[in-house]
Amino acid sequence: MSTTTPVSSRPRERRLAPRDRLVVATMIIIPLVLVLWLVWLPALASVYLSFTRWNGFQIGTIEWVGLQNYRDITTIYPPFWPAIRHNLIWLVFLFFIPTLFGMFLAVILDREMRGSRFYQTAFYLPVVLSLALIGFIWQLFYSRDQGLLNQVLGTQIDWYGDPNINLWSVLFATAWRHTGYIMLIYLAGLKGVDVSLREAAAVDGASEVKTFFTIIFPVMRPINLIVIVIVVIESLRAFDLVWIINKGRNGLEIIAALVSQNVIGEATRYGFGSALAVIMMIISSVFITLYLRAVFSEERQP
Amino acid sequence: MTKSLPPQSLPASLAATSGPTRRNILRAAGLGGLVLGSSSLLAACGGSDTATGGATTGGGGGGGSVKFGVNEARGSGPAFTRLEAMANTYAEETGTEVSLNAVDHNTFQESINTYLQGTPDDVFTWFAGFRMAQFAENGLLADLSDVWPIEGLGDAFREASTAPDGNQYFVPVSYYPWAVFYRKSVFADNGWTVPESYDDFTALMSDMQGAGITPFAFAAKDAWAPMGTFDILNMRLNGFDFHMALTRGEEAWDSPQVKTVFETWRDLLPFHQEDPLGRTWQEAATAMGNGECGMYLLGSFVVDGVDPEVASDLDFFTFPELDAAIGSDALDAPIDGFCVAAGGQDVDAGKAMAAWLGTAAAADAANSAAEAPFIAANDGASTDSYSELQKKSVEVVQQAGSIAQFLDRDTNADLANTVIAPAIGEFLQNPDDIDTILTSIADQARSILG
Repeated sequence: MSTTTPVSSRPRERRLAPRDRLVVATMIIIPLVLVLWLVWLPALASVYLSFTRWNGFQIGTIEWVGLQNYRDITTIYPPFWPAIRHNLIWLVFLFFIPTLFGMFLAVILDREMRGSRFYQTAFYLPVVLSLALIGFIWQLFYSRDQGLLNQVLGTQIDWYGDPNINLWSVLFATAWRHTGYIMLIYLAGLKGVDVSLREAAAVDGASEVKTFFTIIFPVMRPINLIVIVIVVIESLRAFDLVWIINKGRNGLEIIAALVSQNVIGEATRYGFGSALAVIMMIISSVFITLYLRAVFSEERQP
Repeated sequence: MTKSLPPQSLPASLAATSGPTRRNILRAAGLGGLVLGSSSLLAACGGSDTATGGATTGGGGGGGSVKFGVNEARGSGPAFTRLEAMANTYAEETGTEVSLNAVDHNTFQESINTYLQGTPDDVFTWFAGFRMAQFAENGLLADLSDVWPIEGLGDAFREASTAPDGNQYFVPVSYYPWAVFYRKSVFADNGWTVPESYDDFTALMSDMQGAGITPFAFAAKDAWAPMGTFDILNMRLNGFDFHMALTRGEEAWDSPQVKTVFETWRDLLPFHQEDPLGRTWQEAATAMGNGECGMYLLGSFVVDGVDPEVASDLDFFTFPELDAAIGSDALDAPIDGFCVAAGGQDVDAGKAMAAWLGTAAAADAANSAAEAPFIAANDGASTDSYSELQKKSVEVVQQAGSIAQFLDRDTNADLANTVIAPAIGEFLQNPDDIDTILTSIADQARSILG
């Protein structure tokens, strides 16, 4: 490497004043310490704790139990496999329904039609609401006895309680929020697309649909990647709404809620909860690896 | 639960002498900021204010300050008003500066571990039962045995305040019984009477069904709500001693006795409201209030879920006996009260305040300030402000032979929250899978309780 480096770069490095060097060192060391301390240390501690039994009170009571937590999780812990399934359903659903719909809305609203500001606000409004509030709002719709939905439909469906239905009820409520989020991100991306590209396509006689798929969409690659990452992250950390509804039981088991059940509140299964968190971390890192590979391979291209 | 601490006469030293706590280790590792950060977050949730007694501060008597953590958000209703009134009265009477840290009820409960291991307030609101014992065993609560006995609090309350090591760590302030609530007018209109025996009870339920009324309102959206039904069936079918042994982990969840409880429950389910898992207890209370359902087994806080005119029409009876050999003198009556944090700034100030909070004066201060009184644990407290229901509650609890706290207050928290709660939900979905469900609870209990 050093032989191919341009000659001029060496003297330039040397010319860094001690003061500048100090600044550079500080700028590297502080984030590094923060990352090690806030990301790697807790992550490694979780991995360690996942092989132990600990009630979280006294360091001395940590007891090494080997793989027992993992064995228990996969054999005698009934919520685990449903949770994995629900997280995957969550990911697939979030990707195919609200994400694509949000992109569709963004493309439509980008047309500067009449009242597009109003629609933007209307679709984006749920994103501003806290998930606690969203949980409450949807309880008003979904309540079996007093809810709007059953009143209007004249049914007695237990939207939040029936384990065959409640996941879809929650996914719908999530989609309501997620659509607006994706729409806004995509809309911002669309505004950034060079107008001359569209004009050139129009001059060449390409249809709207063809222009979007062959020109606009490929140009939006960075935004598309961000959207994919957001969808994956959102579906893995899906938690708030489920936690508000019933703390992730009874048809709404998801991994993040199970981790919390075991370590938040009075339950103190730190080892067991850590093992669940490690499983979640492994699943996430698969997606993170895929994403990083995509990003780096893009950067390498000229 | 089997492990116990040696008796400690100096509770303040408990945390320091019982080996390194997580708090100390983390602080040493430079991670203290995180723990402190999360507990000050808890403090920030409520916002503090300070009450000081003006009259007595100058005299030299009293003085000092104490931090009081309460599990009700500011302005959240009578529960907060009562706690605030107690804090103010204590400040006035003793000249102590009381800083109130008010935190939302659920947030308080979910953060309790971090709270106690971070920078807890000196005195804080908490519950009797395993919930208290678990923190006492781990050295997070100050030993209050020198505060006891407290005048007006009898042996039953002293027992409920005692951890397995034989010391007291808790001061009770109020309690509420679980019973079968109904509307007097609905019973009168239909010519129904309170059932005295199991036969009466089944006849009443069939009668209600015949009249197009669901006998029992039932909700299970909150995991704790259906536990009340389990408790009462277990206490009626297997007796109080078995129930307590089960909660302590000395009896197995896949035993024939527990199976009987679930089988009885399964047979009773057709008399309950359908689809309980999506229903909040407030919605179930409304269903009883508007006459769709005849009865509701719940804590006496059921009055908060119905309209005021319905509330004055409510009455209750204790769940009838299911087995003549066992009778019907046991019931759930969870006790709320106060603990002193071992990690608080001033344990002595905390103990002084806790001792006062147990008195009749404290209960009276609370009840005269709030529009809805609690049922005071102290038998010297005034009952003038009590509603008819509360007066009756006092009688019922005093006559009860045995009192349990509640399934999730008596049982190991890990087992109750992560195993039993979802298992009861599973049972309510699939009432015929009792064997599978109980085997699963027992397997997990073995792994958790070791």
